[in-house]
Amino acid sequence: MNMIQAINSALDVMMARDDAIVVMGEDVGYFGGVFRATAGLQARYGKTRVFDTPITECGIIGVAVGMGAYGLRPVPEIQFADYIYPALDQLVSEAARLRYRSDGEFIAPLTVRSPFGGGIFGGQTHSQSPEGIFTHVSGLKTVIPSTPYDAKGLLIAAIEDNDPVIFFEPKRIYNGPFNGHWDRPAENWSKHPAGEVPTGYYRIPLGKANVVREGEAVTILAYGTMVHVCLNVVAEAGVDAEVIDLRTLVPLDIGTIEESVRKTGRCMIVHEATRTSGFGAELSALVQERCFYHLEAPIERVTGFDTPYPHSLEWAYFPGPVRIGQALKKILKD
Amino acid sequence: MSGDPDRSNLKPLSLHVPEPRFRPGDEVDFSVVEVPAAGSAPRPDTHDEAASFSGLAYSLVRVLDDDGQAVGPWNPRLSPDRLRRMLRHMALVRAFDERMFRAQRQGKTSFYMKSLGEEAVSVAAAHALHYDDMCFPSYRQQGLLIARDWSLVDMMNQIYSNRADRLQGKQLPIMYSVREAGFFSISGNLTTQYPQAVGWAMASASKGDTRIAATWCGEGSTAEGDFHSALTFATVYRAPVVFNVVNNQWAISSFSGFAGAEATTFAARAIGYGIAGLRVDGNDALAVYAATAWAAERARTNAGPTLIEHFTYRAEGHSTSDDPSAYRSAGEPNAWPLGDPIRRLKDHLIAIGEWDEDRQVAMDREVAEEVKAAQKEAEKNGILGHGLLQPLDSLFEGVFEEMPWHLREQRQQMLAEEEASGRPWARKG
Repeated sequence: MNMIQAINSALDVMMARDDAIVVMGEDVGYFGGVFRATAGLQARYGKTRVFDTPITECGIIGVAVGMGAYGLRPVPEIQFADYIYPALDQLVSEAARLRYRSDGEFIAPLTVRSPFGGGIFGGQTHSQSPEGIFTHVSGLKTVIPSTPYDAKGLLIAAIEDNDPVIFFEPKRIYNGPFNGHWDRPAENWSKHPAGEVPTGYYRIPLGKANVVREGEAVTILAYGTMVHVCLNVVAEAGVDAEVIDLRTLVPLDIGTIEESVRKTGRCMIVHEATRTSGFGAELSALVQERCFYHLEAPIERVTGFDTPYPHSLEWAYFPGPVRIGQALKKILKD
Repeated sequence: MSGDPDRSNLKPLSLHVPEPRFRPGDEVDFSVVEVPAAGSAPRPDTHDEAASFSGLAYSLVRVLDDDGQAVGPWNPRLSPDRLRRMLRHMALVRAFDERMFRAQRQGKTSFYMKSLGEEAVSVAAAHALHYDDMCFPSYRQQGLLIARDWSLVDMMNQIYSNRADRLQGKQLPIMYSVREAGFFSISGNLTTQYPQAVGWAMASASKGDTRIAATWCGEGSTAEGDFHSALTFATVYRAPVVFNVVNNQWAISSFSGFAGAEATTFAARAIGYGIAGLRVDGNDALAVYAATAWAAERARTNAGPTLIEHFTYRAEGHSTSDDPSAYRSAGEPNAWPLGDPIRRLKDHLIAIGEWDEDRQVAMDREVAEEVKAAQKEAEKNGILGHGLLQPLDSLFEGVFEEMPWHLREQRQQMLAEEEASGRPWARKG
């Protein structure tokens, strides 16, 4: 399966198990979503469980909060993460705090799915990585898969979770892992082990990172598309790096990070999102606080630039093999 | 088509900034407020097409006339017993407000919001809805809880953020949440409850339930995007929901003109969405009851949502942190042409021979005693002014269903801080 099929499969498996689950969003019903992640679900589960919505993100999330309070388990889709901002208040002030402010009388067990990230010539409005906005909010969980196998298992865990979860899908790798070389042919998930996705139920618990490559020289913390770009750079550079796919940013698997950095003595953080106040800043602070005496070099951050996402200069903006490779050299210098 | 257009004969543009009719020191004259005769508004069948009675969004549904008689097609013909209970609930809201306002002034809590002058809006609505319908209120609908006979002590515990506060001091005073009484957790962010009510109503409909949702916001916050998102969703899916806009003329110090009242009514917002819109005399408990019952029946029979504008007046400040004398004429509350909702219902009961002044005085005394006793009881559980009353651990509970490591670490840090501080409550947790 590719990642879209894996997501579709997760929704299918869960909707069959629990009739409280509803899928909603722009174009998700009859058409099955612009990326086809919800294809076929309306035909299988009916229009009251899988339905198209008006184009109002604030309405989609607000309505989902009310449905959650009633006892349903909504899985709203925001068509692109760039469009999530109109819904920000409903996510930040409502969904995230409902349990806390009502001391558990009401909960908002939403899983907000949204394609995010760049590398598809989406310009400013189809490329952003706003995860740092949500990791800053108390009460939200943030999940980002990097393979079809993980996408299904993590989505199932997110849907079962009783807290609101922001589930960002790296759309650059919907169809196959991306090695960062935009000018070379792309691989397909069908040729990749993580594309082997069981058809039935399985879950990957939230808060557990995945050590995707063991190594001794440096720890690389990444998630989403960047996991694959990093793996490729490491292979091309012949560096013995340990690459950790964080999978969930909140809750974060701090144990795995600490253990790795203590072993390697070096830490590099890679994400597509803009640098300033990005999640990399949080990771860097955590590693510094907990592993300072084990560090043999300053922590390196490789990120997108602090500009809006450009259209034609996309590949200059994207943290690709060159930027990551240079950072690797720098951190391994001493 | 070429060159600069010649606009030399046009006057320069000018920007209109609304201004209320009266400011502090001004003489008040409300004669421009149109008050149609009680009983004059037609009452459509609950299944009529919304477009067929759009005039009701511009007039005013009124039942009680100047002689205290209930007249016209909207007269809900309530039993004297129901009328007396509504009167008592309204009086109880007023007494409760009075005492809690004073408690705030005495430093027993941080904040309070009265609903003086608009008690009919929530009390009469609560009487017209089923007990298990879900209410998504704004912050001035304490009357819903009181009319549902919810414990005053429980409400006060929340206001005092004390040991018995069901919300463990996690919310501002008056931001109640009472699931058992169908009262959704109040948010301070305006009108966020509107789409949530629609979602709840849609869920109820999709599950084949019989319960409906109702929600309230102020006229000022109809300007919020959530309001329009909610109306769009509601009309699209014909959600069984009753929208209430409490037009009490003032949004803190901004008069209703800043939400668009100069151009049209708030009930007329419904028309563009194809939703039923009613404009109602919000100080007429019978009109509020009748309109709510009508809208609830419409919702419950799958005929769709209704938006009710309650035309009323906020006779007090916005909250204990507000000073209305700084922005509006002191004469406004008394000159308000729709009168006082409690007095009007009282006059009606007297007019139909079911009440008298002596009983009114006795009732007022009773409700005052009831509130006083509740306060005494609540204060046994502590008041906000007396320091921290909840177990310290509760601060970190309920952010997530299970506490992740970073919150556990922060909790440890806080407990260590409190221990080191030597503050008296440090060892309680």
